[in-house]
Order: sequence, then C-alpha cells, then structure tokens
Amino acid sequence: MSMHYFANPTRFTRLAGRIQPWAGGLSAVLLAVGLYLALVAAPADYQQGDTVRIMFVHVPSAWMAMFCYSFLAVASAVALIWKHPLADLAAKASAPIGAGFTFLALVTGSLWGKPMWGTWWVWDARLTSVLILLFLYLGYMALWQAIEDSQKAAKAAAVLALVGAVNVPIIKFSVDWWNTLHQPASVLRMDGPAIHPSMLWPLLIMALAFQAYFVALLLARIRMELNLRRIRALRLAERAS
Amino acid sequence: MTRKRRRLYIVGGFMLIFASAAALVLMAFEENIVFFYSPTDLAQQMAKQPMPPNRRLRIGGLVEEGSLGREKDGVTITFRVTDTVEVIPVRFRGLLPDLFREGQGIVAEGSMAADGIFVASEVLAKHDETYMPKEVADALKEAGQWQGKVNEQ
Repeated sequence: MSMHYFANPTRFTRLAGRIQPWAGGLSAVLLAVGLYLALVAAPADYQQGDTVRIMFVHVPSAWMAMFCYSFLAVASAVALIWKHPLADLAAKASAPIGAGFTFLALVTGSLWGKPMWGTWWVWDARLTSVLILLFLYLGYMALWQAIEDSQKAAKAAAVLALVGAVNVPIIKFSVDWWNTLHQPASVLRMDGPAIHPSMLWPLLIMALAFQAYFVALLLARIRMELNLRRIRALRLAERAS
Repeated sequence: MTRKRRRLYIVGGFMLIFASAAALVLMAFEENIVFFYSPTDLAQQMAKQPMPPNRRLRIGGLVEEGSLGREKDGVTITFRVTDTVEVIPVRFRGLLPDLFREGQGIVAEGSMAADGIFVASEVLAKHDETYMPKEVADALKEAGQWQGKVNEQ
C-alpha cells in the first residue's frame, strides 16, 4: 500500500470516521482510570507531598506539546518534499492541539513551581524554550491565516514549522546542557526511570490517555479541514457556472 | 535526479545548516543561558576576572549539612552553599520555600558582598528528578541505600 493510498479524501474520511470514536472512547476510559490512580490511589511524594500530583497532568502535557510539534514538522516535511495532499492538512490540524497542550504544560508547571520552587516563573533554559514552543505554534497558526492563497500559506507555514523543529531537541536536552531550575528528565533517561512504579504507572496511563485524545481530535480536525476545502471548491464551481 | 529527490536534499541540507547555526549560537551564549553558577564555576570566574561588587548573579548548589544558622536579629538566616568542592557562605532575609532545608538543592539570587558573603535577595528550592512514596524513601535510608542529593547540579 503506497503512501498515497489514503490521500483519497473519501477513503481517508471513511477510515478516520471509523477510528475516531474508538480513539475518543479509549481516551475517556484511560483518563478516568488515570485520574483516579493519579489523584487518589498514587502515594504522596517523600519530599513534595501531595503537590506531586500536578506531575500527572504536567508531564503528559509537556510530552504531547513536543510530540505534536514533531508530528507537525514531519507532516510539513512530507508536504514540502512529497506533496502528499493530506500532509498539509494534517500539519495544520495538529497545531492548535499542540498549542493547547503547551499552554496546559506551562500553566500546570507554573502552579507546581510556586509551592515547590517558590516562584511562578523563571527564565531558565527549559521554561524559556517551552514558551518559545508556544510562540512557534501561534506563529504557525497565524501564518496560515495571514496568507490568502492556501497553497502559498501551506508552503510558508511548512518552512516555519521546519525552522522551529530545532527547538524540540533544545527543550528535551536543555536540562542536561545548562544549569536550570527545572530538574532533569525522570522517565526518558539513560539509567531508567527515577520514579517509583506506584507513581510511574498512573503517569504512563495519563500519557496514553492524552495520546488517544490527540488521535481522536486530530482525525476530527483533518476531516473538518477536508470538508472546508470541499465547501470552498463547491462555492467556486457554483460561481463559475 | 527526480524532483522529489531534489526537494528532499534541499530540505535536508537546509535543516542541517540551520541546526548547525542554532548550535553555534547556543554555544556562544552558554554564559547567558545557564540559570546559575555552581560554587566551582564562580570560583573559576573570580580567579579569571574578579567580578565587580554588587553585580547580580545566581548561585546554585546544596545547603551544606550543619551550616544553617540565624543571626542575632532573629530573621536573617545564614547558610553555606556547596557543590561538594567549593563552598559559598550566604546571608538571606526573607521567605524561604517549603522545600528549603539542609542537604536540599537551592538557587539563590543576589550579589557578592565585600566580605566574601553572598547576600541573597531571593532563594528558590530545587528538587531532583526522583519521585517515590515516603515509606520507600524511609526504607532506603534505613537500609543505607540512600543515594543522597549529591547528583543535583
């Protein structure tokens, strides 16, 4: 099956319509289980007490913020190089979702920072690079809006997305490359997770819930973009006749 | 060469060049990106080129065990920040975060006074990347397996 098999909008819409409710349902179930485990079942941390529960929302949001941007960048590259007809729409559809996750990560991080570090915000490398990520998402979305011709808009936005991709490894490794107030990675690190299993499991279930939510929302948004494109084409045809 | 292949090379080359440029910029600005100096960084800095007094900077490290004290006025606290190599005495008057205690990683913002004491205007607590329930932490301490907090920067 070639990469272009699902480029056919009808075929894609049919498949997406079938997957979307499953992804949405899975997300709801995982979120219910994950929130129960995180907020009720998981133990309090030995030094942070109950405040550590913010982690179960903060960390999956931050992961998704970076994952969405990686997805956006790869889709943009596919659109630029292979001109896959759905890649532009997939990239465009993922941006607001990623911006939402980034915003959630920043807000929950701030709420966590005040009681633990003693400050809402500092300009250390991790926090600053995540703020730049939010601005990249917003700039990407603004660029789509600013250029009338959708093909030109797609190209300009894709170039911006690729330029901004440099920021993703900077976010990930900022805590290793420079002195930061933010602590280094707890889960994705060389010597294995530094989180006790009783807290790691709720975290992973929350992460899966967020991932399933992303899939459901992305499919819905791509279908919406396809429909918008169809409406535009019909209007043009009507005017021409 | 097909057009797809050519576009692939252009995009790949562009990414490579841009990433290298970003890496060079970040390396050049290293001094400004670090959030704090460790006591060793600061000692090296001072040896190279003494800092003018009252220059604002941040230092970070562990609150040395047994170093916490209070001055006669009852509100000014003193402690020493260490990275297990160098030590900086600190004086601070203000609110401390809950996590502040001996052995904890902290970041202090302020300036070096003439008497070699760092006068802090703000103290923030750092916590490391390990999370575990209290019972596990206690059991580890009891078994002598406790890693301590020395890996904290």
